[in-house]
Amino acid sequence: MADLHFLANPARFRRFSQRVLPGLGFATALMLAVGIYMAFFVAPEDYQQGKTVRIMFVHVPSAWLSMGGYAMLSALGASLLVWRHPLAALMARAAAPVGASFAAVCLLTGSLWGRPMWGTYWVWDARLTSMLLLFFLYLGHIALSRAYDEPERGDRAAAILALIGVINLPIIKFSVDWWNTLHQPASITRLDAPAIHNSILVPLLWMAVSLLFLFVYLVLLRTETEIDRRRLENAEAAA
Amino acid sequence: MTPKRRRLWLLLGSLGTLGIAAALVLTALNDNLVFFYSPTQVAEKNIGPDRRFRLGGLVEQGSVQKEGQLVRFTVTDTNKTVKVTYRGILPDLFREGQGVIAEGSLGPDGVFTAREILAKHDENYMPPEVAKALKESGKWKDAK
Repeated sequence: MADLHFLANPARFRRFSQRVLPGLGFATALMLAVGIYMAFFVAPEDYQQGKTVRIMFVHVPSAWLSMGGYAMLSALGASLLVWRHPLAALMARAAAPVGASFAAVCLLTGSLWGRPMWGTYWVWDARLTSMLLLFFLYLGHIALSRAYDEPERGDRAAAILALIGVINLPIIKFSVDWWNTLHQPASITRLDAPAIHNSILVPLLWMAVSLLFLFVYLVLLRTETEIDRRRLENAEAAA
Repeated sequence: MTPKRRRLWLLLGSLGTLGIAAALVLTALNDNLVFFYSPTQVAEKNIGPDRRFRLGGLVEQGSVQKEGQLVRFTVTDTNKTVKVTYRGILPDLFREGQGVIAEGSLGPDGVFTAREILAKHDENYMPPEVAKALKESGKWKDAK
């Protein structure tokens, strides 16, 4: 952790991200291409669900990343409120729309998967509802961070919302265990062996890592933009 | 150093309080957060006729009878069972031994008239050959 400390300085962060971004972008594109090929042509059909199981290769990583992204937003909120890290607020502004997009993809693909398998696009069970709440928390964060004339006040208000919403993450995760739901329980993130055959599990994990690369790439790129934007605003205010 | 430490404790304290509050609310609302009742819960709660609710469980093996659009089957949780009738199109995954959620109400005769049927599937994913091999070797998951 201490080694990453130098990144807390926006100028140094910017130099770091400019060095990393081209290579990371290339790696992301390559990984996604392989992952999509595996998802469509290598992975077998499921014994019950047939081809629709392929929706999982986008749906599940999106769900993970939207939850991981929110955990990151909360950590950034804490480092802004407690340690006043100058970069945390800018990174949170950069990350929130990316996380919201993954949450939206998760909800949309889930809905399209639910119709043929369950027989409905949407039900208000605990898993689906808590996931929708996560999406709204993201939207709230985006709106709140832009709600003040002084951006620093928006940063702080959004950080508080990010920390309050972190309560929702364990609720999403364990909703399928605590209450009976239409959504089935976890296949991978559980104590015993995964309930997914390796031929489907490997493409799924590959896609998850590829989309994680995409997430990191987008957040770094957007953080750069936020640093430039804040500098411009400060320069304009000073002029 | 001290203000940082103070802010950190304030944050952890607030989060802890918020967590406890959320846990209490969710426990209190437990009954409203379940999506369906199992046949055992239906028997325990003495749900009367004409109250709409969702019934969930497994479609009992050998219980499905189809007469045109009308379907009769039994929902079981391996402890208690409820008879169900439904008129309409069933989802693709509706099968004997599979999870099902029916929305409707109990009639005076104890038969559940469903207005909507949803199929619930489990968390296992595998190619058909593997499923077949598991069934043949007798290592098939017991019906959950």
